[in-house]
Amino acid sequence: MFNVEDIRKDFPILSRQVNGKPLVYFDNAATSQTPQQVIDVIVDYYSNYNANIHRGVHALSQEATDKYEQARHIIQKHFNARFAHEIIFTSGTTHSINLVANGFSSILNKGDEIIVSALEHHSNIVPWQMLCERTGAILKVIPMNQEGELIMSEYDKLISNNTKLVFVNHISNALGTINPIEYIIEKAHQVGAAVLIDGAQACPHLKPDVQALDVDFYVASAHKMCGPTGEGMLYGKEAWLKKLPPYQGGGEMIAEVTFEKTTYAELPHKFEAGTPNICGGIAFGAAIDYMNAIGFDAISKYEHELLEYATQKLLEIEGLKIYGTSKNKTSVISFNLKGIHPYDVGTILDKMGIAVRTGHHCAQPIMDYYKIPGTVRASFAFYNTKTEIDSLVAAVKKARLMLS
Amino acid sequence: MSINDIQNEIIDEFSMFEDWEERYQYMIDLGKDLPLIEDQFKTDSNIIKGCQSKVWVHAELKDDKIFFTADSDAIITKGIIAILIRVFSNQRPKDIIESNTDFIEKIGLKEHLSPTRANGLVSMIKQLKMYAIAYQTQLN
Repeated sequence: MFNVEDIRKDFPILSRQVNGKPLVYFDNAATSQTPQQVIDVIVDYYSNYNANIHRGVHALSQEATDKYEQARHIIQKHFNARFAHEIIFTSGTTHSINLVANGFSSILNKGDEIIVSALEHHSNIVPWQMLCERTGAILKVIPMNQEGELIMSEYDKLISNNTKLVFVNHISNALGTINPIEYIIEKAHQVGAAVLIDGAQACPHLKPDVQALDVDFYVASAHKMCGPTGEGMLYGKEAWLKKLPPYQGGGEMIAEVTFEKTTYAELPHKFEAGTPNICGGIAFGAAIDYMNAIGFDAISKYEHELLEYATQKLLEIEGLKIYGTSKNKTSVISFNLKGIHPYDVGTILDKMGIAVRTGHHCAQPIMDYYKIPGTVRASFAFYNTKTEIDSLVAAVKKARLMLS
Repeated sequence: MSINDIQNEIIDEFSMFEDWEERYQYMIDLGKDLPLIEDQFKTDSNIIKGCQSKVWVHAELKDDKIFFTADSDAIITKGIIAILIRVFSNQRPKDIIESNTDFIEKIGLKEHLSPTRANGLVSMIKQLKMYAIAYQTQLN
């Protein structure tokens, strides 16, 4: 049974104060908070079995290796990958995307086309622009509409036999729109293009099935789903991961080294050069276990309730406009008050203990589309409450009074 | 008035405020009141980078003193600018270079000094001092 008050007890940070007020944490799309269960795993690692993995013969190294590989299996099971070696540990979504972009630089030719969406985070634009500069490939963009949805009829026109890669986020970080990735993947496969889905914003809310999606690459960050920062994963279909060259050279990723030639290790180690974030990987697994124990159905149902409640309450405020009004969205509300800069609103909210994000959310093209400098973004997680939303609404009203 | 005297005056004024609300309301009012810059100087080359809100700064040397004008699209940032201009405008370049900015902490705006703050108060002060250094070189 989903009980938010019980869940909140798992998160020590939620009981702290900010500027003399109880913390209201609505910046979950930037990073989620960490439950005691995950903190305990981190403490346990450093207290009891901290060691380098995959090479020591001693007991600690074995133990750490076992836990690390167990975490890989937890992630494999969670995303329903066929093989554990299709899960590559990375430092996060950005690292995962760069790994794939770099791999494709040896595959793409001049005139090949890459399609991205207008809703992308900078981390899913810049690596592809760099890739295009290196290879002479051309970047095309799926446009969006006023509701903050990608226009699929335009996507249909962009896709052709020249398309080699399609990159779209599962859910927009700035607006919360859930993109029709099933359709996008199917269309891309019809012309033989590979698809990478950025799941950073989706994984805190739903459970993707990479086999059912038939996606080629899927990436996620641990810190957005109750895990630690500096940890993430890349799922890649085995065939693709075998095809892509290694990203970084170093220890762990080799089979044999002589000065004449090095042969690379098998998957997944080929892409995991150097000592990884061992504790981070183990804690990532623990975070996924924690979220699954609550259940993603219960999480998304509850978060949807929060979204509807907050949308209704915020829209009662005069002059408040919400950006991103798709029917298909997660618990993210991007808004502005008429005639008031989002930075000013964010500053006043902070003084009242409410953590939101202001600015362009690393998605400047979306802000350019709406011709605004940025928005105030409140993003809710399963441990937030309607009472907290009431505090947000009261604080926005107060900010409006002070600033207009 | 010297930079130090003005800073002390501002510290006195802020000491009368009882809480953050009064402090911020005062800055917002400062921001609302002032027409800070002529439109011809609101150019891209006068924008300070690294701010979440846009900040324009223009400087002119008259009678060996620097006169700053500035503006922002965010009102709290504008209030902060108004305070900075009151302190640093109409001063000799040398005095600006040698001045410190401890008063910001003393008037309870320390949080705006962190490099993570998106309003760019740190970049703003740096920019004002850069102008002072440039004009000082000219005067030498």
